Amino acid sequence: MIPIPFDYGTLRLIWWGLLGVLLIGLAVMDGFDMGVAFLNPILGRTDTERRIMINTVGPVWEGNQVWLITGGGAIFAAWPALYATSFSGFYLAMFLVLVSLILRPVSFEFRNKFSGNKRVAWDYTLFMSGLIPPLVFGVAFGNLFLGVPYTIDTLGLPTYHDGLVMGFLHLLKPFALLTGLTSVAMLATHGAVYLAAKTDGTMRSRAATTATIGMLVWLVLFVVGGFWVAHLDGFTTTSAIDINGASNPLLKTVAVEHGVWLRNYQAYPLLYAVPGLAILGAIVAVLLIRAGRFATAFIGSGLMVACTIATAGIALFPYLMTSSLEPSQSLTVWDASSSPLTLWLMTIAAVIFVPLILIYTSWAYYILRKPITEAQVNTPNSNLY
Amino acid sequence: MEHFDPVILARMQFAATALYHFLFVPLTLGLSWLLVILEATYVMTANSVWKDTVKFWGKLFGINFAMGVATGVTMEFQFGTNWAYYSHYVGDIFGAPLAIEGLMAFFLESTMVGLFFFGWDKMSRVQHLTATGLLALGTNLSAVWILIANGWMQDPVGAAFNVDTMRMEMTSFFDLIFNPVAQAKFVHTVSAGYVCGSVFMLAISSYFLRRGQHVEIMKRSFAVAASFGLAASLSVVVLGDESGYNMNEHQQMKMAAIEGMWDTEPAPAALTLFAIPDRTAMKNDAEIKVPALLGLIGTRSFNVVIPGIKDLVAQSDGRIQNGIKAYAAMVAIKKDPKDDAARSVLAANGKDLGYGLLLKSTGVDPAQATDADIHAASLTLVPDVFPLFWSFRIMVACGFWFIALFALAFWKSSRGKFAPNWVQRAALYSLPLPWLAIELGWIVAEYGRQPWAIEGILPTRLGASAVSAPEVLTSLIGFVIFYTVLLVVDLTLMIRYARRGPETNAA
Repeated sequence: MIPIPFDYGTLRLIWWGLLGVLLIGLAVMDGFDMGVAFLNPILGRTDTERRIMINTVGPVWEGNQVWLITGGGAIFAAWPALYATSFSGFYLAMFLVLVSLILRPVSFEFRNKFSGNKRVAWDYTLFMSGLIPPLVFGVAFGNLFLGVPYTIDTLGLPTYHDGLVMGFLHLLKPFALLTGLTSVAMLATHGAVYLAAKTDGTMRSRAATTATIGMLVWLVLFVVGGFWVAHLDGFTTTSAIDINGASNPLLKTVAVEHGVWLRNYQAYPLLYAVPGLAILGAIVAVLLIRAGRFATAFIGSGLMVACTIATAGIALFPYLMTSSLEPSQSLTVWDASSSPLTLWLMTIAAVIFVPLILIYTSWAYYILRKPITEAQVNTPNSNLY
Repeated sequence: MEHFDPVILARMQFAATALYHFLFVPLTLGLSWLLVILEATYVMTANSVWKDTVKFWGKLFGINFAMGVATGVTMEFQFGTNWAYYSHYVGDIFGAPLAIEGLMAFFLESTMVGLFFFGWDKMSRVQHLTATGLLALGTNLSAVWILIANGWMQDPVGAAFNVDTMRMEMTSFFDLIFNPVAQAKFVHTVSAGYVCGSVFMLAISSYFLRRGQHVEIMKRSFAVAASFGLAASLSVVVLGDESGYNMNEHQQMKMAAIEGMWDTEPAPAALTLFAIPDRTAMKNDAEIKVPALLGLIGTRSFNVVIPGIKDLVAQSDGRIQNGIKAYAAMVAIKKDPKDDAARSVLAANGKDLGYGLLLKSTGVDPAQATDADIHAASLTLVPDVFPLFWSFRIMVACGFWFIALFALAFWKSSRGKFAPNWVQRAALYSLPLPWLAIELGWIVAEYGRQPWAIEGILPTRLGASAVSAPEVLTSLIGFVIFYTVLLVVDLTLMIRYARRGPETNAA
């Protein structure tokens, strides 16, 4: 066996970064097609317009959805305790996400095979599939700051102490609703920018206007969230931290203190550049849209999405999930990972395959680079949805 | 609501969603290679009939593929939602193949499927064929990793218990991926998928040939499906036999159960063709046996003994005794991590810790277990013999029928006989059989592993989440209603688009 060239703490840090990469990949890539799905019945006024919108993401949604599946697999493999605790804890929320994630491909595939009211019904399932996952993921992220009512027993079994319906309703706290709305606004905006780049004529100008308004909504929500989080009770580890220690989340002590969620930013002020870049990305995107440079504007909105997620992740670090009942049983980067061998093997897999994925995905987007036009969707016998 | 057991509900949900997901997967596995064959012929011959053929089957492939992708997400997420302790306990090993599957295979197939459908006018013929080929490769690589994960549940190699983290951890990635059980399962499962795709193509082309419609396209499809299916159906049976051989080494209880073998017989054991197994009395009624055949298949020898269920139960009493020691040592180490005496006890008995957990899963505290408790726990190892015995036999019968069907179809097509004939009628009526065989195969593999989630390591009952019955019941009912509606829509569309037939001379 070849010795692992990194110590355990470094591997954990690498996997915290890769978790971020996968979540950002999910939000940037799958996020725009969720945004397009959400905007479909809002921006598309005729069936032809809605088909144009759907066909901008038609060839790519399947690949994009894999960010979610791979992200799930990576959490399973690299952060099994997080996988066990969060998925079983957010039970009803995960069920809603699953149903909407299934509805989306099904709506894409089935919609054009029906006509009249049945077809319109698929437009609304598509809308729900673009609304629910961003909302639930955003709300869940907000709850990580607030703490979630779970405990872990000495055998490692997590238990969520809240009922089925109440457990779900309790997630909808004001701050979590704000992060949920931020997430919806962010991805709808990102989707609108994508639409502007991939359509022409009135559809394009409508998408461009929506994107500009969306940026403003996102900006307000993001800034409010930033000030709000400074006044929340945060979690802070009070015992000595062994970054190379065994993955057992029951060995530390954690205190709840007012205003500690900004500690990483206060310790390293350079990190404020990350939320700064999110705002810069949004501004650049708006300017480029006004200049008619839609494809380049997509890079700006991608930056906005990526840095919004990074902003939240940096604030939480090293916490992955926080317990409101037993703060000391919160999961951190240092005590919820898989073994060094698994982290190392997964690192090798990621180093080999992520560049390959980026290469063939770029090839696919290059081949499909032309905008979708009305003439195309009205061609008989076409391969389009 | 207290009448409902959340673990049973969670198992029902897993079984229902897995069997449902696997309605779509095998067709994807098989049809993707058939598309490659058809399209390669188009690229070589430049005859547009082949392109029309690819596009027709491609449309049906697309409806099916979307359903497969959509329902696959449920499978992955369910480990976290309903099986949280499983996720914690074996995520270190089990999660890795799932994640690598995403990175290596799923991205590839899902990106290429977009190019397959939307890239016809945007790529050269060779480029498009490359995309189709990568699509087929991706679907099959997916199956490799999923079956490595599943193979590990059947035979958990390359892993050890770590008391400091209270879970199983990977010790050898090499053992995990080159697990012979996983390798045999992979080839058996993908071959079954190829059979499924071939029967699908053979049956639908027979439908049109019998009506004399789209004959140019359908006779080509029929011939390709017949030859691909013949090779695949032979492979399924051969590799199914390999699985049986592996099972006798690693999962003797499952082997004994599917053979309805209550007592150990002198080698070589007889194969029971027909029986009505009775689990409570531990005997079979109305047996019909073929002498020596099982011993030859299961051990490939005349003198190796295949243990019967009763002997296997007796053997596991001892393993539970070891498991009690391991469990006690684990509890001691939890109290005092520096207890070296307990650590050496755990090291000596750790391989049977799962049997201590089995005792715990029957509701008995391993520290206070009596001999009667231990024997009762051993008896829970006896699977439900009747459904396993018969699922297995129906699956095998289907397997042999497919060989016959494809041989007949191959014979007809090699002689150029595509006018309506009885082989086409047989093919049409055989359409549901691959799904029947495949679903029964999974029932044998997974139901036959009970009471274990991970054979010998983690009992299914302990792998569950600490969620209440109403929660699991809500999502179970939700999935059943939702999936049923989707299946109705999916089948309606499949039938409508299959009946509509190919659009010829498409651009």
